[in-house]
Amino acid sequence: MSADSSVMEAAIALSDLRFGYDAGDDVLAIDKLEIGVSEKVFLFGPSGCGKSTLLAMIGGVLVPREGSVSILGNVVSGMKGAARDRIRADHIGFIFQQFNLVPYLSVIDNVCLPCRYSRRRATRAEESDGSGQKAAVRLLSALGIDESLRARKTTDLSVGQQQRVAAARALIGRPELIIADEPTSSLDADRRREFIDLLLSECEKANSTVVFVSHDASLASHFDKAIDLQLTNGVASHSDAS
Amino acid sequence: MLHNFVSTISLVFKSLMNRRGTAALTVASIAVSAALLSVVDRVRTDAQTSFANTISGTDLIVGARSGDLNLLLYSVFRIGNPTNNFSWESYRLIKDLPMVDWMIPISLGDAHRGYRVLGTDLGYFQHYQYADNRSLSFSDGAAFASATDAVIGAEVADELAYTVGQQIVVSHGVTETSFLTHDENPFTVTGILARTGTPVDRTVHISLAGMDLIHSDGTETPGLDDEPGEITAGLIGLKSKTSIFPLQRNINEYEPEALSAVIPGVALQQLWGLISVAETALYGVSAMVVLAGVLGLLATLLVSLNERRREMSVLRSVGARPGHIFVMLVSEAAMLALSGALIGLFLVQLGILLIRQYALSEFGIQLSIGLRAFDLYVLAGILVITVFVSVVPAWRAYRNSLADGLTVRL
Repeated sequence: MSADSSVMEAAIALSDLRFGYDAGDDVLAIDKLEIGVSEKVFLFGPSGCGKSTLLAMIGGVLVPREGSVSILGNVVSGMKGAARDRIRADHIGFIFQQFNLVPYLSVIDNVCLPCRYSRRRATRAEESDGSGQKAAVRLLSALGIDESLRARKTTDLSVGQQQRVAAARALIGRPELIIADEPTSSLDADRRREFIDLLLSECEKANSTVVFVSHDASLASHFDKAIDLQLTNGVASHSDAS
Repeated sequence: MLHNFVSTISLVFKSLMNRRGTAALTVASIAVSAALLSVVDRVRTDAQTSFANTISGTDLIVGARSGDLNLLLYSVFRIGNPTNNFSWESYRLIKDLPMVDWMIPISLGDAHRGYRVLGTDLGYFQHYQYADNRSLSFSDGAAFASATDAVIGAEVADELAYTVGQQIVVSHGVTETSFLTHDENPFTVTGILARTGTPVDRTVHISLAGMDLIHSDGTETPGLDDEPGEITAGLIGLKSKTSIFPLQRNINEYEPEALSAVIPGVALQQLWGLISVAETALYGVSAMVVLAGVLGLLATLLVSLNERRREMSVLRSVGARPGHIFVMLVSEAAMLALSGALIGLFLVQLGILLIRQYALSEFGIQLSIGLRAFDLYVLAGILVITVFVSVVPAWRAYRNSLADGLTVRL
């Protein structure tokens, strides 16, 4: 019964989704997947089960062959490229496994990057902190990047520090959706737990929905909900048998 | 809009600074090509102006029969050597014609320490004109009053540190190291001419009598008004321009002696015609160098694209649209080209400051400082061509960014 209201409030809603690259077979077949607003979701599955493809589709970089992708009520699968880019810029913060940062920009400039491309996030950062710079400083402090590190070149930071800078960048301007694609796979176990805790608590404050992707199912305990993509993706479960 | 533009430019600038090694080389190659094109044009126009400014107010130049250009070159520019002299009788005859206002005799063939010695009369200082009908003037002293007096050009005075009263000797022939030196006939500098920017500055003027003195056995000193046997050339000013062509025809058809009369402007046109092939070739080569510079820039950009795919996909993930990537690449190319061209043009100005004295003394070319219309064409041309060709890497980056999406698998 409560499912109906969650449709209205879904941060991400996929239905009857089919996707394949070029003329190849479908690599993704998801009949229904919904992630509610401010839910913290763990998406796991072995490599090759379609995680990155799914994220690219949520990010609006790929469009499905069939079915629809809705982000915060916007049916992005029916939009033109520029409109999908706009949705991504305004509403989604990304963190990737590695190479998240632009090498020639300072830590602060990296964090402020989304504000260059999204008026909405720039405005929200100004509303909450007075300016994009101040928002960046607050987020970096919250994520344990202190003042001495902020002026450094990003290439001088450790991998763990780089990932936290990337997290601050994803969070700036309080996007409704944070998508983290294996952000902890290059961190050791202690750092991994610390990073996830920091990320989730910041997302909690910003009331953001989190989709955290990993092949490591042991991290699932940190999240509200875990989704096994191998089971959800019709193609992956079939091809697994072969 | 403005905010976006500034933001893109600052991003591109930081990106370029991150690759400052290759960026500097690219800028340097553009700078060199812009400088070359600018220099070629400047030297060409300045040389033409300098040549055209050398003689003014002279309607005809008379000499022994030879090519028009040859006569102009040796009589006015002191380039090359006269083929022959002509007789003083013919000179008198022409000078006394009713349509002739004035005529300056010129006798060449000797040198003083590498500077040509020109024998003439006082009419030279009165009638010879350069640039826009400017007459010669003395910066010190006065015209020669005796057969052993000399008047030197500004550069002779500067280079050899001569002042009025200086004793000089004249050697036969025009090379600096002549074996035959007329030691027994020293001349005294009585006047120094103000700088003209023409070959006059590099000339030692003596009287025709002085000229004879050099070539006589030295037993008697001739008077200033003694008549020489022959002279090299004569510059003619006419009372009316309408008699230029009739007189020229008459001189060319003069029976007793083979003479040529040339109109300076016409001979100069011949000169331009002669060197225009070389000029065109120089322009062509310079344009090719510019093209090579721009293609180098294109190659550098294309090579950089692969190593920057990650950077591009990061920008995409934070909201940059493929259009942003396209604009970034084009702005990057434009920034490289603009700074290269500006640096090149600046170097030209700097170079001219450094060599203008040398160019003036060595080639008689007065190089001008300051930007000209042509420089702006060079700047605009390089910028337009670069933006045009940068569409290739920009388009490729655009395609890459669409294909790579948010994560690059390298």
